[in-house]
Amino acid sequence: MQVQSHYSDLLVIGAGLSGERAAAEAAAKGFSVIVLSIVPARRSHSSAAQGGMQASLGNSVMGEGDSPDVHFADTVKGSDWGCDQECARLFANGAPIEMRRLAAWGVPWNRVVAGRSVYFKGGEKFEKEEKKEKEGLITARAFGGTAKWRTCYTSDGTGHAVMCTMDNRCAELGITVLDRKDAVALIHDGMACTGAVVRCMRTGVLEEFRAKATVIATGGLGRLYKATTNAVICDGGGHIIALDTGVAPIGNPEAIQFHPTGIVPTDILVTEGCRGDGGTLLDVDQKRFMHIYEPEKAELASRDVVSRRMTEHMLAGKGVPSPYGEHLWLDIRHLGDRHISTKLREVDEICRHFLGVDPRKQLIPVRPTQHYAMAGIRTNKDGAVYGLKGLFSVGEAACWDMHGFNRLGGNSLAETVVAGGIVGAKIVEFLQGNEVAFSTAHARDALRKTEERVNSVATCANGRENVYAVREEMQQALMDGCFVFRNEADLQQCVARLQKTLDRARRVGLVSDGKGVCHELYSALRIEGQVKLALMIAKGALERKESRGSHNREDYSARDDKDWLNRTLAYWREGADMPELLYEDASPVFELPPGERGYGGGRIIPADPAWVAARTIK
Amino acid sequence: MGRNIHFEIFRYNPQDTASIPRMQTYFLEETINMTLFIALTRLREEQDPSLVFDFCCRAGICGSCAMVINGRPGLACQTQIKNMPGHISLHPLPVFKIIGDLSVDTGVWFREMYRKTESWIHTRAEVDPTLEEARMDNAVAEEIYELERCIECGCCIAACGTANLRPDFMGAAALNRIARFMIDPRDERSEREYFDIIGTDFGIFGCMGLLACEDVCPKQLPLQDQLGFLRRKMGFAALRQIFKTSRPA
Repeated sequence: MQVQSHYSDLLVIGAGLSGERAAAEAAAKGFSVIVLSIVPARRSHSSAAQGGMQASLGNSVMGEGDSPDVHFADTVKGSDWGCDQECARLFANGAPIEMRRLAAWGVPWNRVVAGRSVYFKGGEKFEKEEKKEKEGLITARAFGGTAKWRTCYTSDGTGHAVMCTMDNRCAELGITVLDRKDAVALIHDGMACTGAVVRCMRTGVLEEFRAKATVIATGGLGRLYKATTNAVICDGGGHIIALDTGVAPIGNPEAIQFHPTGIVPTDILVTEGCRGDGGTLLDVDQKRFMHIYEPEKAELASRDVVSRRMTEHMLAGKGVPSPYGEHLWLDIRHLGDRHISTKLREVDEICRHFLGVDPRKQLIPVRPTQHYAMAGIRTNKDGAVYGLKGLFSVGEAACWDMHGFNRLGGNSLAETVVAGGIVGAKIVEFLQGNEVAFSTAHARDALRKTEERVNSVATCANGRENVYAVREEMQQALMDGCFVFRNEADLQQCVARLQKTLDRARRVGLVSDGKGVCHELYSALRIEGQVKLALMIAKGALERKESRGSHNREDYSARDDKDWLNRTLAYWREGADMPELLYEDASPVFELPPGERGYGGGRIIPADPAWVAARTIK
Repeated sequence: MGRNIHFEIFRYNPQDTASIPRMQTYFLEETINMTLFIALTRLREEQDPSLVFDFCCRAGICGSCAMVINGRPGLACQTQIKNMPGHISLHPLPVFKIIGDLSVDTGVWFREMYRKTESWIHTRAEVDPTLEEARMDNAVAEEIYELERCIECGCCIAACGTANLRPDFMGAAALNRIARFMIDPRDERSEREYFDIIGTDFGIFGCMGLLACEDVCPKQLPLQDQLGFLRRKMGFAALRQIFKTSRPA
């Protein structure tokens, strides 16, 4: 078979914000770059982020006194000390600079308007006065888990607006951005990665893309869960091609975030900006409850805490019954027509189009829903993936690890561009310092294996399991055993169920003929890897016998810094039926030694003070 | 029990030489709060895995799922079955190249549009992002964002009389893009430079003013106002140029 072969210095898999930001960095330095995406770049899930990007510019009066140090501390507390503090520091320092760079490239950030205006907090009205000397600078709004108003935004379409600018920047730099390309395997020799085997989603034909450096920037894995706010493309595709190599680990697979406000049904996200702008959560009696659990932060505690408190409150019989299960209410009625029509317009549209609800007059049905993976392909602070030279990862797909066990709202959207720039610069260094020998044998090998997989599912050589039925079983297993609250018995059952599902996934065969643009084939090529990834999540959660951030164990409710101040590294070795779990220290150094978050409660089993002191830096 | 909805769906696989364009019938029972996203996904997963269509965000944000729904371009994910009659016909968007069934190639069309309109900020300013950012009036930022809300779904192109007659017509999405940069103080392009891009029959002067673009825009972009604004601005630019060139040297 004649195979179309492409070559570039850098191959970027995923054209969302982090992928395009890294691509722009390399292209600006004169390297040839090809970016691949399942969908046209601007349809990437980055564009769905409504709220904003955290950066300590401190221009708004409500952000006065903010600095990268305060942002860093919020991020580390948010992570429940699970993050790599070196990465959190790089991020906090880089964020304000990156916001200004984006402003120069074309993002229409909302700006400071001098004078008095009102805002809401916890349903109450307050007044603030913005300063004349700050007028016209980039402004910010409040988000959960932050000491200051720090979230830069453009209306409630921040992700969309920044995505437009970033993709414009790539067009300006002449970067080749190809859509409807699905990377299905990496080309590697167990030591180094030299590109990917790609299925064209216009024709169904396999192609090879070879490159000196490859970046996986494919976003999240929410579609492993039945109820997720994620787009249908966030199905763990990038994680799968990494774990399939057998040498690249998934970091903290058990660290999955549930967003407090997915709407019921359809699970579409309404932004944290609703609560940041003063929206409240109500129960079946239409009464506020968050302030009872969290007197200080109330609705604005971090996401893991709000999701946990909501679940607790529903378990206490205060949920609102519905044909789709219990939920609670989000109330933004008091924010008024003008605020909802301008600052929360997407929310207004979502309520009207998908619920038939007018949020000026009616309550919005919400409940915790899978939202974000702190879990990801483990990299070092340069974005280089453990185990394979020339392979990088960035954005939600990566576990660079500034988020640890919980990431703050507005920190991941900012991470895409800040880390995208940092990792992009490190890739440039790599390209400048390395020559690569391409082996035709490894490329041919990867291609042949992929062809065999395609043929075996298309001809039902291994069985006739229905891919959609297998996927449903996997999603349900995670919902039942590995959601907001976790315990030994449910997790053990979840793992056992997923082991059976893995066996079924290996026997999937197509109903359709698999020719051309075949979505069933797309799903079938992913399913085995998805179940492996699900097993990593469940097994990681089963073994982690503590509660930290979004990982809540009913049977181990304390945060155990003595034994679990570490990061899970999950490998799927060749020919194995279960993941292998190894552990590394959460952070090589502490700028902020482990302590209280100030919200969320819970007991802490302290680490050995001498050990902490030895790694604490000024 | 919900209605038994009768779907008629356009089928064609251009990769298969034996495929002939045709309409195919499906039935599906309506459930509460069902959208076309839920319905089509169920049809593919429960009845016909060969069905080709595109969804991504399923929340009306990304623009992937535009198609012709009972004769009118719109986003399938935002279409609630309860607002529809019991018989729903679905076709791919016209103008764009078909990929299969309801899926069309908006990606290549829009990348070409970025190139034609030079869809980026043109500036000679060297910005040092470690220093304080250039100031901007918040009202201007909001105005720019208003036009930046385009999700490139292609509905305005599919509904455009001119674009259906002349494939090289730029269409409302491209003209709106130009308007977005024209009002942006960071873009230093001159009126003449904009005129070179859109001051032709393929650009603003090709618009017949039928304004279906605004009617079908799922984001309710003010396309009518933008087309009027550009026509006036470019009309005056043309007059100025005629005046300049007819002046004795």
